[in-house]
Amino acid sequence: MLHLKKGASLALALGLIAGAAHAEVRTIKYYSDYDPIPLAAMQALIADFEAQHPDIKVELQNFDHEGYKTAIRNFLTTDSPDLANWYAGNRMAPFVKSGQFMDVSDVWKDNNLDQSLASAMPSMTIDGKQWGVPYTYYQWGIYYNKSAYAEAGAKVPTNWDEFIANCELFKAKGIDCLTTGTSALWPAAGIFDYLDLRTNGYDYHMKLTSGEIPWTDDGVRKVFAEWAKLVPYTTANAAALDWQDAAALFVQGKAANYVMGNFAVGVFKQGGMTNDTLGFMPFPTINPDVVRAEEAPTDTVHIPAGAKDPADAKVFLAYIASAEAQTKWNAAVGQLPINSAATVDEADPFLKAGFDLLSSTKGGIAQFFDRDAPAEMAKIGMEGFQEFMIYPDHLDAILTRLEAARQRIYKQ
Amino acid sequence: MTLAMSEPEPPQKSWWRSNQQRATPWLFLAPGMFMFGLYVIYPIIASFRLSFFKYDGLGTKVWLGLANYQELFSDPAFKTSLYNNVLWLILYLLAVPLGLGIAIFLNQTVRGIRIYKSLFFFPFVISQVVVGLIFSWFYAPNFGLLYSVIEFFTGKGVAILADPVLATYGIIAAGLWPQIAYCMILYLTGLNNVAPDQIEAARLDGAKGLKMLWYVILPQLRPATFIAVVVTVIGALRSFDLVSIMTKGGPFGSTRVLSYYMYEQALSEYGYRMGYGAAIAVVLFAIMMVFISGFIWKMVRDERGNR
Repeated sequence: MLHLKKGASLALALGLIAGAAHAEVRTIKYYSDYDPIPLAAMQALIADFEAQHPDIKVELQNFDHEGYKTAIRNFLTTDSPDLANWYAGNRMAPFVKSGQFMDVSDVWKDNNLDQSLASAMPSMTIDGKQWGVPYTYYQWGIYYNKSAYAEAGAKVPTNWDEFIANCELFKAKGIDCLTTGTSALWPAAGIFDYLDLRTNGYDYHMKLTSGEIPWTDDGVRKVFAEWAKLVPYTTANAAALDWQDAAALFVQGKAANYVMGNFAVGVFKQGGMTNDTLGFMPFPTINPDVVRAEEAPTDTVHIPAGAKDPADAKVFLAYIASAEAQTKWNAAVGQLPINSAATVDEADPFLKAGFDLLSSTKGGIAQFFDRDAPAEMAKIGMEGFQEFMIYPDHLDAILTRLEAARQRIYKQ
Repeated sequence: MTLAMSEPEPPQKSWWRSNQQRATPWLFLAPGMFMFGLYVIYPIIASFRLSFFKYDGLGTKVWLGLANYQELFSDPAFKTSLYNNVLWLILYLLAVPLGLGIAIFLNQTVRGIRIYKSLFFFPFVISQVVVGLIFSWFYAPNFGLLYSVIEFFTGKGVAILADPVLATYGIIAAGLWPQIAYCMILYLTGLNNVAPDQIEAARLDGAKGLKMLWYVILPQLRPATFIAVVVTVIGALRSFDLVSIMTKGGPFGSTRVLSYYMYEQALSEYGYRMGYGAAIAVVLFAIMMVFISGFIWKMVRDERGNR
């Protein structure tokens, strides 16, 4: 396939030299960090784009997902591509503030993206300008094992008190009410985020992650008070488990609930679960006065400030933002498009549930703790969450430590 | 003499001819010195310099003076790392006597002894990453061997790597496995060179058992012991792979060592405090220098003594 393409472009180049009458073909470079399935989906999109714009050729260079996080700092400052993948929210702030990403507000205006991508607009906006285009997100929530619910005789809860009451039923059967694996830290942050969003709401959560509320605040203590109710029913030794290890417990019916992102569905199904045994519910309501907000990490494409051909890169951004492109890419990958005119596969109950959940969210969409908070705060915070799950009585020490970190990190 | 006087003055010797003897060794050393300078000396100096700045790898460097070091000394994570490094240093040295014990045990001629020796040496040959993975599975809650055995006898399993107190010991135990094999092989080669006539003589004088070991064998093994201690101390100080593979410094940072903390601060996903990472590197370098200079000093002294 690749050779074929190269051959084709070579033939094209030769034709250009021979004919010298053709329009010039301009090449834009795009650096990305896709896993195999998303990569194939993006290559298909690029092929469509090149068919629509014969004068632009997109040269995609894919990086290893983890290695990309280091590589981007190098190539942005040395040899910029015209397009680069990254994430929304505070994760892009260092690049925006150091002038490495280009302001693309004009792409948003010219294509009415403030309408079609409205749900992700706040997380793409810094200083009133947009710095990139989102093309996918996925919902978080609680995945539950229907067999475990049947075994314990529990009903799917509609609010937090019922959820906690169920835990006793599961405990009687030797099933963990909630499982997680915090070896890589971030799964614990999913639980914290939702507890905070449900206890204090979106605005409070955003102020907390952007350093405007002290960690010793009463609101934060309320969150941990709710969490403390859950800790005794959570899988023991979670700190030594990867999220996939915990997924095994969940699949085997040794655990009933798992706070996770929709990407985990693939793993659950590989483990043998089907649409009949796997269920999804939004995180239950804790404080009914709080407007429902959800968590949906958003992936984005940006134009680096050092791009050589920003004009053509903007054409590509507009294409990536379109309903047609987002429908196609997300259908291939099994995630949710952001463009409100895009469609999802109605036959997939989890995509459907996620789409309904996010498109009806009034309170706001959070990115995830390690994207909303600056990297350093995220790390210290998630270590604190992990410690709390092992030693709930260390709470005071943990909060004091996080507060000291907040005062140091946000001051800079 | 007179003959030489009468000879006409030779046309000025070229610089090369007159200095050949002195210049040659430097010429041969030059490529190595260039590489050493570029890849060892320069990075050390650059790290020292960087440790006085605040730098995230993107923006501009901001001069901080000693602020990074001041922060280090009030940083609980740094104290934990330092404490764990000391723990590593002390417990890792167990590899030396244990390696000696196994070497003496294996130093006999029975059928198939080569196979046993290779089997004992095996853990040193496999990669540290594999060692880390094997031990993670060994300790793993719910399905790990150790967990299941403890659960069988006490009714409640212990997940070593999830326990902030035990986790470091669990990692050191994993590190000891290959390190003991390394010390063992050093001692096995040393035992080959033990002079049989001295043992004979000691036997005739009635020495046996521990006395024989302490007064006759061990003194002859001194070179092997020296190397074993050196590689073990250095190995303990640069322990990184096992921590990274087995716990990533967790649970909540309780198994960090200095090298891992440096990596976390400077290069990991949540890091990019290059200056702070460099300051940790400088501290680690200073600790290592204490040992390295000790070793070099001893080596130089021995060489002078042998002349």
